[in-house]
Amino acid sequence: MATTAKTKRDYSLVGESTRRAIETGLASAEWYHTDVSRKAMKELMQRSDGPAIRDTIIWISAILGSAAGIIWFWSTWWVVPFLVVYGVLYGSSSDSRWHECGHGTAFRTRWMNDVVYQIASFMVMRNPVTWRWSHARHHTDTIIVGRDAEIAVMRPPDLLKAGLAFTGILDFRYSLPALLRQALGRLSDDEKSYVPEMEQGKAVLAARWHIAVYVATIAIAIALKSWLPLVLIDLPRLYGTWHMVMTGLLQHIGLADNVVDHRLNTRTVYMNPISRFIYWNMNYHVEHHMFPMVPYHALPRLHDLIKHDLPVANPSIWHAYREVWPVLLRQLRYEDYYLKRELPPTARPYRGEFHEADMSAAAE
Amino acid sequence: MAEWVAACAVDDVDEEDVIRFDHGGRSFAIYRSPDDQFFATDGFCTREKAHLADGLVMDEIIECPKHNGRFNYKTGQAKGAPVCVNLRTYPVKVEAGKVMIEID
Repeated sequence: MATTAKTKRDYSLVGESTRRAIETGLASAEWYHTDVSRKAMKELMQRSDGPAIRDTIIWISAILGSAAGIIWFWSTWWVVPFLVVYGVLYGSSSDSRWHECGHGTAFRTRWMNDVVYQIASFMVMRNPVTWRWSHARHHTDTIIVGRDAEIAVMRPPDLLKAGLAFTGILDFRYSLPALLRQALGRLSDDEKSYVPEMEQGKAVLAARWHIAVYVATIAIAIALKSWLPLVLIDLPRLYGTWHMVMTGLLQHIGLADNVVDHRLNTRTVYMNPISRFIYWNMNYHVEHHMFPMVPYHALPRLHDLIKHDLPVANPSIWHAYREVWPVLLRQLRYEDYYLKRELPPTARPYRGEFHEADMSAAAE
Repeated sequence: MAEWVAACAVDDVDEEDVIRFDHGGRSFAIYRSPDDQFFATDGFCTREKAHLADGLVMDEIIECPKHNGRFNYKTGQAKGAPVCVNLRTYPVKVEAGKVMIEID
């Protein structure tokens, strides 16, 4: 006999779940870390400009090359493969560049991180100030309901919304209006909860710059009587965001919430080399959350070092989605249900109560 | 009343690195710069309870292991988002192979 879910989650950052997370010590908690010697960790954390400069030259060359192809073949069918490549580079790989440069780990040289961060923030339609702070919160309180501002799929899951995310429509439904609101000088209560007061003015200014570029692009398109400027600047989020969503959703979807062990709420998935280039190795996501100081290019080495202590990684994107789909369907009826990650016998336990959650209602 | 306390031996800290030192219920971070000078700050990042001794020292910067917040460990200055509040620093001297910090 089915029963109703025991918990109703309040995902606002100033509501009941927030109060409960603070009261129970889930907010700003002590998280589990696999033991790694200081010597090994220092080596892994070392910054260098080389890998990111190489990857950024390839990235920018591919963006400019595919953009040239779009312009050259515009209004013929030959434009399609160039749109596919350009769309993914602009609409999806910008997310991983935003992410790594936001952490400041991609390049050793600070200004290089900052320049790529600002450009990628625009491409991925994110306010560079508010999102820097929301991401810091995401690392403090990963998938803690009422605290984490970046929970992609809430419970019970809205499958239509998750599906639409692959098209980028949600950016035009949510991200663009948010930028407009911020440009008008208004931050939401949630945003005010994680952006310090002294930074809020910067968030408004950044939103105004983004909106100004969008308006200028529209003006050029009207002046030229051509869709081309919009296809190159504003619309890649629509036709090229699918890869970002395909890889990014897997980070935490279907796994436990309100635990303080990244092995239980985060997923590492082995991916093909092209997806890893687009995603800048963020498929090693448990490793990234546990040790955010380690640059993207060192994550495979970190994975090899600590995998004895982590759940077995999903062998492919397809495998991970096959694993997640039935979990999402069950969460529609029992929002407390989740996929319990099994730790290998070689793993150290941590906070056993998180491994022994009662899911009897979901099993009925 | 301020007092000088022996935090560690000189050789306990590698060049361009940091170690943790706990004393009197408080926690500190002891740094050795690339030019072989010693510095001390509060142990925890001003943003969250993450110990800076687990972070990365680069030149005169300590980067917090939790959110990559960066401070100048010589002055304590927060270098920008996601940290806004400066670190407290402490006077340091080296005597007879020991790193001493002045704690109030």
